[in-house]
Amino acid sequence: MSRYLNLTRTQWFVLLSVGVPVLAFSIWALLGNARLYLVTMLNGLTLASLYFIVASGFTLVFGLMRNVNLAHGSLYLLGGYVGYAVANYTGWWIIALAAGFLAAAIGGLLMQWLILRHMQGQELRQTMVTIGLSIVIADLLLWIFTGQVYQMEAPSLLQGPIRGIPVINAYSAYRLSLLGFGIAIGLFLWWLLNRTRVGMMIRAGVDDRGMLAASGVNVNLVFAATFALGAGLAGFGGVIGAVELSMVPGEDTRLLLASLIVVIVGGMGSVIGAAVGAAILGLAEAYGLAYVPTYSVVFTFMILILVLAFRPRGIMGKAA
Amino acid sequence: MSAARWRNAMKSGAQSSNVGRPNFSTQATTASSRDSYAVADSATVFSRVQRSVKPRHLLVASVALAFPFFSTPFFTFQVMSQSLILGLIALSLSFLAGYGGMVSLAQMTVAGIAGYGVAVFGTSSAAEISLGWPWWVAVPTAVSVAVICATLIGWLSVRTEGIYTIMITLAIGVAFYYLVLQNYSIFNGFQGLRELKPPTVFSVNWRQPTAFYFMSLFCAMAGYFLVRYIVRAPFGVALQGIRDNPRRMEALGFHVVAHRVAAYALAGLIAAVGGILLAWYNALMTPGSVGVSWLINMLVIAVLGGVKHPIGAFLGALIFVLLQTFAIDVIDRERFNLVIGGVFLAIVLFSPDGLLGLWAKLRSRFGPNQTITTTQRRMT
Repeated sequence: MSRYLNLTRTQWFVLLSVGVPVLAFSIWALLGNARLYLVTMLNGLTLASLYFIVASGFTLVFGLMRNVNLAHGSLYLLGGYVGYAVANYTGWWIIALAAGFLAAAIGGLLMQWLILRHMQGQELRQTMVTIGLSIVIADLLLWIFTGQVYQMEAPSLLQGPIRGIPVINAYSAYRLSLLGFGIAIGLFLWWLLNRTRVGMMIRAGVDDRGMLAASGVNVNLVFAATFALGAGLAGFGGVIGAVELSMVPGEDTRLLLASLIVVIVGGMGSVIGAAVGAAILGLAEAYGLAYVPTYSVVFTFMILILVLAFRPRGIMGKAA
Repeated sequence: MSAARWRNAMKSGAQSSNVGRPNFSTQATTASSRDSYAVADSATVFSRVQRSVKPRHLLVASVALAFPFFSTPFFTFQVMSQSLILGLIALSLSFLAGYGGMVSLAQMTVAGIAGYGVAVFGTSSAAEISLGWPWWVAVPTAVSVAVICATLIGWLSVRTEGIYTIMITLAIGVAFYYLVLQNYSIFNGFQGLRELKPPTVFSVNWRQPTAFYFMSLFCAMAGYFLVRYIVRAPFGVALQGIRDNPRRMEALGFHVVAHRVAAYALAGLIAAVGGILLAWYNALMTPGSVGVSWLINMLVIAVLGGVKHPIGAFLGALIFVLLQTFAIDVIDRERFNLVIGGVFLAIVLFSPDGLLGLWAKLRSRFGPNQTITTTQRRMT
């Protein structure tokens, strides 16, 4: 046991200063209203899965290309709208999911292929281009879909609550399935990055782009594929979020902010970091909303400040 | 070491190198600029002014001063005053980006804090929130609060570099937006605070278009010349050195973080003044005025004009306001974002240095071989 607790003094300090208040709060809340506490935890974790799905695409693109894609929120919205339209037309949620993924992936591919490819290495300029693109895409979407609120229906299989869970009694089946989606995508990304040839190339590209190109790999192709995958994950998240949240102009900003905070807290370019960051942000938002509704955003913000103050590169971040 | 003490040390370091570092405050400057301010008695100041004032400066100054007398109040107030104010806020961004190498999207947030400060400390429609202090207390307090916030934002974001800074400052800006949206006890939530008026001082109603224009012009000019002065001062030169090579400056003994935070504080001061003017111009502060679109609009304005020279911010603001006012007559009113986004995209794609860069390119092609935008101080 002592082998695992071999921590430095700073780690002890962080563990105690974070762990003790969290533990105290948990005990207090569990004794007060156990159901509220557990439901909030589920809410937080399901929200975290959505954040993870969207932010993992963001962090994937950033890790490989050092490209902060600030149009990521717009791709999320694009995926959501396309998914909504397809679901309306075909009536199949699974097809909508695929369509949302494809639409955003193609959008991302076009962005990378037509514009970003030509300014490789100019990080600031790329970021500004994505800002410009996000303005244009947001306005085009507003033009086509107007400012109306769209709410997608959950697939019939996942409609309604699941009953008979101890303490909680009933919980939305769809929200629970989000947890599954998040875990599935996390496992898929882990498998892709660690167990496949493409993943090997991506990891090699993260470490040294020039060397990868020198070993005969078409780096541009790897970049385009990664960008498409990252953008596609945003679109995928868009379709999922279209049921759970709703599609309105402005959601793109919200998800972009969430992705930003998730990767800043978790560490940029790390998929595991995105999972950790998403869990922290999702739980913080859910508990903040349930227990201190007026200042839930400030709560999130405090976490951001604390992490930046102690670990400027994020929890899982490595020095660039 | 605090930034102020550091500056003093740098100034004295030029004469006496007793602090254990060579007199790099002159070394760090370029050879051409050394002669003009190493010896700064009144005679050289006068001749320097004479040398650096060109006909085009006089032209711009006289047009700016005479403008309200041969123009409509609409043009004076809606177009020119707004451009000057937005330009002033964008100037703070372009100072940070152009001379400090830090693109901060939170400048509009700092401006918004100052604007909300004036609303909360001064008078507004929400009597139960506003403290009703007289303007000569409320305005300085608002500016101080904004500068302190800017310093904190700077302290937080200088821990990161380059693109990370954009992300952090964007996150801070959006967090502030959600804070004012959700908080009703201080910021009055979605409604915001209304009926913010500039005070009547010296029996002049500063709300009146011409008076408001001159007030904006004065603040804008003050900001412009402050930036022009700072970038030639030892602090500004050190800042540019840090922009170009932080590790080297660190090795030379400069406190990189202190310089960067001080730059944030200075930019915060400029943004705060602009923010108060903007609050008076709009006569209201709502969450929308610190929303993400305005955070990004500031970047659009700064990049549109070009961040390599302080005048770029005002140029960008003028174009932005003209597009906002007149482009909507040509196309659909709702599609302004498409136009401004497209223009921004075109500028970033084809002329990364903005309109000033475009102008410099044209000049170098057709005119005498000389550029208008230099990262260093312009040769006179």
